[in-house]
Amino acid sequence: MRRWRSSLPAWLVWPGPRTLQHALAGVRAVTGPATGTAAMGLVAGVAMAQSGLPMAVLLPMSLLVYASSSQLACLPLMASQAPLWLVGATAAVLNLRFVVFSAEWSRYFHHLSRPQRVALSYFAGDPIYALFTQRHPLPGGNRRQRRREVAYYLGLALSNWAVWQLSSAVGLVLADQLPGANSLRFVTILALLTLTLPMVKDRPTRVAAFAACAVALPAQALPRGLPVLVTMLAAMAAGLLAEHRRPRPHAG
Amino acid sequence: MLDDPEHRGWLAVALLVLITVLTRAFFLLPGQQPRLPGWLRTCLRFAPLGALLAMVVPEVALNQGQWAPQWQDARWWACAAALLTYFGGRRNINHALFAGMGVLLGLHLGLGW
Repeated sequence: MRRWRSSLPAWLVWPGPRTLQHALAGVRAVTGPATGTAAMGLVAGVAMAQSGLPMAVLLPMSLLVYASSSQLACLPLMASQAPLWLVGATAAVLNLRFVVFSAEWSRYFHHLSRPQRVALSYFAGDPIYALFTQRHPLPGGNRRQRRREVAYYLGLALSNWAVWQLSSAVGLVLADQLPGANSLRFVTILALLTLTLPMVKDRPTRVAAFAACAVALPAQALPRGLPVLVTMLAAMAAGLLAEHRRPRPHAG
Repeated sequence: MLDDPEHRGWLAVALLVLITVLTRAFFLLPGQQPRLPGWLRTCLRFAPLGALLAMVVPEVALNQGQWAPQWQDARWWACAAALLTYFGGRRNINHALFAGMGVLLGLHLGLGW
């Protein structure tokens, strides 16, 4: 039995109850933040329906583009027939934070094949990153731990993706019957806010959070997409400084 | 081909998919794990916090892109409720989110703020 199992490619082997438990833990952990995802999906769906673009464009966009902020920013550009390079540049700037996140993901997923790594990273949104690094602040050392990390990740990521697909489809179809897109929009913001709360746990993270709050408002004067980047850099610089000021932790 | 709005739309969607995949997989594409210096690793710990706050703070503090504070603002009370529930309670983010949503909807529907 054992030999037979080991001759199969890894993704074909039934994961086993312990691994499934980790996947289910991921599904449970994402329930709250997924409420924010659902609200965002509805908002994105309504925005797509109201953009005036033909349904033949909106359907593939809703199904394939899994990036709420750049999607919302690019819709008006696409609707006004803006040049393609402008659409691409806007999306690239808004997605720059994921380049930073991907450096962190590479520590967890480097044991997988390249297609698997790319497939996994496709689902790596903000809530996924926040929840995952909370449970696994450091990558595991052995195969079993890594397997569980991937299981937890898939539990988080696939349920969040399913919620997004469903809610954006509902928003797209029922756009006219959904009032109050504004309060829905703020539910998303509340969900993002709650995701930051567990990250603030020691002095360096408090300093980083304070720096981000201080820079976020003045940075709004910059062109679209750059405020997020500048604020992120401010938090990183402040956190690094605070980390170096910290007295060395004593053993025990 | 570029004159047809539908074709242009498809091209734009393909571009968006490509950019989404490339940015998210950026450091996962090379065959080897990228070697990052220690200080950069430390910096990366604070990246998600900064990115999330960068999206949250302006949405909470500004009204239509303007700084116009008023105490009858359902968004502020909703954030206060979420923060209080988290730090005053069992530090559960789901409780915090639902408390914030409750206050937001209550003020929207009940008082029309």
